Amino acid sequence: MTGNLVEIRNLRVEATTDSGRRLEIIKGVSLDIAEGEIVALIGESGSGKTTIALTLMGYTRQGCKITGGEVRVGGVDMVGLSETERAGIRGTTVAYVPQSAAAAFNPAITIMDQVVEVAQIHKLMPAAQARAKAISLFRALSLPEPEAIGDRYPHQVSGGQLQRLAAAMALIGQPKIVIFDEPTTALDVTTQVEVLRAFKTVTRQHNIAGIYVSHDLAVVAQIADRIVVLKDGEIRETGTTSEILEHARHPYTQELLAAFRPKAQERVPEIETTANLPLLMVDQLTVGYGSRLRNGEPLVSAVQSVSLRLDRGRNLGVIGESGCGKSTLARAIAGILPAHAGGITFNGRELGKAGRSRTRNELRQIQIVFQHADTALNPAKSVEDILGRPLTFYHGTRGKARDARISELLDLVRLPKSVRQRRPGELSGGQKQRVNFARALAAEPTLILCDEITSALDTVVAAAVIELLKELQRELGLSYIFISHDLSVVEAICDEIIVMYRGQKVEEITPVRSKVPEHPYTRLLFSSVPKLDPTWLDGLQQDPEQVRTYCHH
Amino acid sequence: MRRQISSLVMRRLLIALITLLIVSIAVFSATALLPGDTATILLGQSATPEAVEGLRKAMHLNDPAIIRFLKWIAGIFQGDFGTSYANNVPIANLIHGRLANTMKLAGLTAAIAVPFALTLGITAAMWRGTLYDRIVTVATIGIISVPEFMIATLAVLLFAVYLKWLPALSFTNETKSFYDLMRTYAMPVMTLTFGVSAQMIRMTRAAVVETLNTPYVEMALLKGASRPRMVLRHALPNALGPIVNAVALSLSYLLGGVIIVETIFNYPGIAKLMVDAVSTRDLPLIQTCAMIFCLGYLALITAADIVAVLSNPRLR
Amino acid sequence: MTTSTSSGRRGIRLGYRANLVGISALGVILLWVVVALFAPHMIPHSVGEIVDTDYFGPVSRDLWLGSDYLGRDIFSRILMGARYTLGISLAAVSIACFSGVALGMTAAVAGGWLDTMLSRFLDALNSIPSKLFGLVVVAAVGSSIPALIATLSVIYTPGAYRFARALAVNVNTMDFMVVARIRGEKLPYLIASEILPNILGPVLADLGLRFVFVVLLLSGLSFLGLGVQPPYADWGALVRENIGGLPFAAPAVLFPSLAIASLTISVNLLIDNLPRRIRDRSPE
Repeated sequence: MTGNLVEIRNLRVEATTDSGRRLEIIKGVSLDIAEGEIVALIGESGSGKTTIALTLMGYTRQGCKITGGEVRVGGVDMVGLSETERAGIRGTTVAYVPQSAAAAFNPAITIMDQVVEVAQIHKLMPAAQARAKAISLFRALSLPEPEAIGDRYPHQVSGGQLQRLAAAMALIGQPKIVIFDEPTTALDVTTQVEVLRAFKTVTRQHNIAGIYVSHDLAVVAQIADRIVVLKDGEIRETGTTSEILEHARHPYTQELLAAFRPKAQERVPEIETTANLPLLMVDQLTVGYGSRLRNGEPLVSAVQSVSLRLDRGRNLGVIGESGCGKSTLARAIAGILPAHAGGITFNGRELGKAGRSRTRNELRQIQIVFQHADTALNPAKSVEDILGRPLTFYHGTRGKARDARISELLDLVRLPKSVRQRRPGELSGGQKQRVNFARALAAEPTLILCDEITSALDTVVAAAVIELLKELQRELGLSYIFISHDLSVVEAICDEIIVMYRGQKVEEITPVRSKVPEHPYTRLLFSSVPKLDPTWLDGLQQDPEQVRTYCHH
Repeated sequence: MRRQISSLVMRRLLIALITLLIVSIAVFSATALLPGDTATILLGQSATPEAVEGLRKAMHLNDPAIIRFLKWIAGIFQGDFGTSYANNVPIANLIHGRLANTMKLAGLTAAIAVPFALTLGITAAMWRGTLYDRIVTVATIGIISVPEFMIATLAVLLFAVYLKWLPALSFTNETKSFYDLMRTYAMPVMTLTFGVSAQMIRMTRAAVVETLNTPYVEMALLKGASRPRMVLRHALPNALGPIVNAVALSLSYLLGGVIIVETIFNYPGIAKLMVDAVSTRDLPLIQTCAMIFCLGYLALITAADIVAVLSNPRLR
Repeated sequence: MTTSTSSGRRGIRLGYRANLVGISALGVILLWVVVALFAPHMIPHSVGEIVDTDYFGPVSRDLWLGSDYLGRDIFSRILMGARYTLGISLAAVSIACFSGVALGMTAAVAGGWLDTMLSRFLDALNSIPSKLFGLVVVAAVGSSIPALIATLSVIYTPGAYRFARALAVNVNTMDFMVVARIRGEKLPYLIASEILPNILGPVLADLGLRFVFVVLLLSGLSFLGLGVQPPYADWGALVRENIGGLPFAAPAVLFPSLAIASLTISVNLLIDNLPRRIRDRSPE
């Protein structure tokens, strides 16, 4: 056996598209991983990082095929093995931690049965011993109630816990190397910290090598020894973590790093405008789902008595973790989900709670842009039709005037004219989000509600979109309400930030005046955002009491 | 959780009841409200208007439709299905033995078709994309595409005309030995089994394939599980609901199939009775047979729904 | 990783990956359509004319597919039968799908009590086995050709409704529907411009499958003597007429059945070989 645990040489993978065309998605990648070393594969979606990681198990997703090269794990070439021989290696030598443990756990089987299944399949140890080992792993991964948690079904435990249970499932076969496939991407930042810490401790203890697939440089910086930067199925740069972070050579890596350090708000803090009429006043808004109870309260209330104020030409950020009610708040302001109590005053006029009860002009002035451009744009319509409809609907623009205005809008969002006739499916993620935004602009609104609009985009693309929004604000005098779970995005563009937790506003902060957050939840949230500093996680001090209070809802 | 399950089950039962009510209205109105005067039909075109009017009175045909509907429903609840127009015999007597015959035919078919189709459907999904899978798929498409009477005629041609193994179109009541029984039932059951199985195989395969595409089955693969393990341990428990649904829907197809098969093989079942009743426009008999069929169908569908609720692990 | 699609293209895009099975199936279907349209000009013998002295005659040079129970030319009768089988089925399936899809989209977009009422009612109709439904209605209104078309379309409307509604409900949860609603758009625009283009492909594929069901049911009814009535005869009626020839394996029983099978199998194969994006239920 040679020195390295994993040796990938000149790997090529081909994919067959829906229309039967064949496409090379991995173009000759070579890569080594030493025993106990953790190597991160970083890149945007479609760069082939997961595909490479999975070849370590001799596995490719449906429609893909390894067409060349070798993948040696412990000296054995996975490419040349038969399916049965590969099955013998999966789970024992190489193990896998999926992106979404919630989807990767079988809903019909108890967690314990799934965790010990590896031992059972490969006849590694007697059942009782496997159970004992699983429980000790649960404990090592700092899961609550390690003795009992295995008897539950997957839907009965939280996302962060499931992710750690998936790690236990991977570790029980004592693998030499574990594939971590974006294992914290679906988690909230406060939960992510705990999970990352657990992964780091366990891999170190057992001297397990790892391949960590991620798009997030800051997360990777905490756990990886080396970083491999991928783009379009090719390696752009390889180096130790500190080399990449401090002396990146390849332009793409530099771009990635730059996107991570967003320019702070450049705008001069404006003079107090309280004397003027505020653009939007939200007063004691309560929003809920489900049928109303006898006392008139909704069954599940997602937003409870939230008030906020937004002045013309300024931006407000709303930040919080999944389920805190921030999107619901935006939907209530837009009139999509009628508020149950409270008031919304826009430009000095009280708005109807439901969109139906607002005038066309009121609807026009507040536009909402959603996170997923994929579902926000009708896949059956061309970009031209998508942008043209609000023009005709709100302004009665037709014919040549409409064509000219569509061109203007495409210019505004920096899209080429050639996209006019295309359908959303033929555009890239960033282009789709620009069309999505242009549609809102077509209405000529004064306020745009941006609901997580950069969350589904790759880091570099997201940074460009934020820059675009800033420029448009200068040109068109818009106001934004920015809903996000990502503090850096909100800080980059907002004058004021409100923090939400469980449907309530816990704090209001003003970044330009560098007001220090006071509420414990805000502090926990802010401190949990990973930094581009490899020592950040190890040096992070969080009050365990608070972590317990705020993380396990 | 238990309360949630029982409330879901109650809901299904309630829906079944409402459906049954709507169906009974539909059946009643289709036969009773549409044109074609029953009294005229019974007495023939040459009957005097007085005679027709007399019969209408005697049969309460002048009552409003809603009254007649309620009387009809009330009768059904008391086991009184009315009297056949054609031969003036209480319908209950006509149906009695025939229902048993049809149940025998359907039961025998189900007993063969269900295990056969599930095995084929699940194995085809397990070895998806192989030659075996393709043969099964093409064969099932072929069978569901052709009318039952074609399968029946082909079976007769093959087994009775060319091979002379089995009797052709006549059904004899002299089934003395097990061998005779086999011979008489062979072709009707075979014809039905073909059609029913093809449906069931297709739906079962689709249900299993869908579960095989889930991330948790991929996870099982990455743990080193074999194909049979992935299918039997990971996919099947989650595909149970759709599979039971497939079985129920296919068996309800059986209800349509018996209509053709009983006619073609001259089998004295309830479907044959109904086809004859349609030829003679014997409306009360048609209504009763139709209600029996709908009840059977609804019972199957409702049972499948309830099994699907019970098999959902999230409700455990 | 999402695969990019440009859905919404109507029909089959030529040059899309010529699939031999699909193309031959399409050929058979087109052949039958041509036959149905021009049958009167194609038949070698008049359909009512007795041309053979023998009944259930064998295949010969003059009578390509033999003669029927009265000694008439089966080939001519099958060609003419195509008119009834295809014509009635196509009319019925078009009416059924048009009304089912229109109602389904309306129910999905409007929601509320309208959706509940429609769904409950049509589901109930759907729970009457189709053959049985056919028998009951034929018993009541007889089997003239317009009555048959009406009956068949009523029987298959609930299925089309259920299918279209399921698709439309999926589309309705998309954010672009929310955007259109909050723009202030009204129901007709939402249905015609936002939903329909997204479900058209699968709806057309479903129309094909439903056409097969209608052909089978119509043939079944005719076979029972309750469908198309003499002097007209569709393929199912031809099988019934000549069932007496079964013990002699007469071509008159076989060929009408084969005609049905060739049509229905072709439609099924064509749909099975359509490009995924047209067939798939779930809009991406």
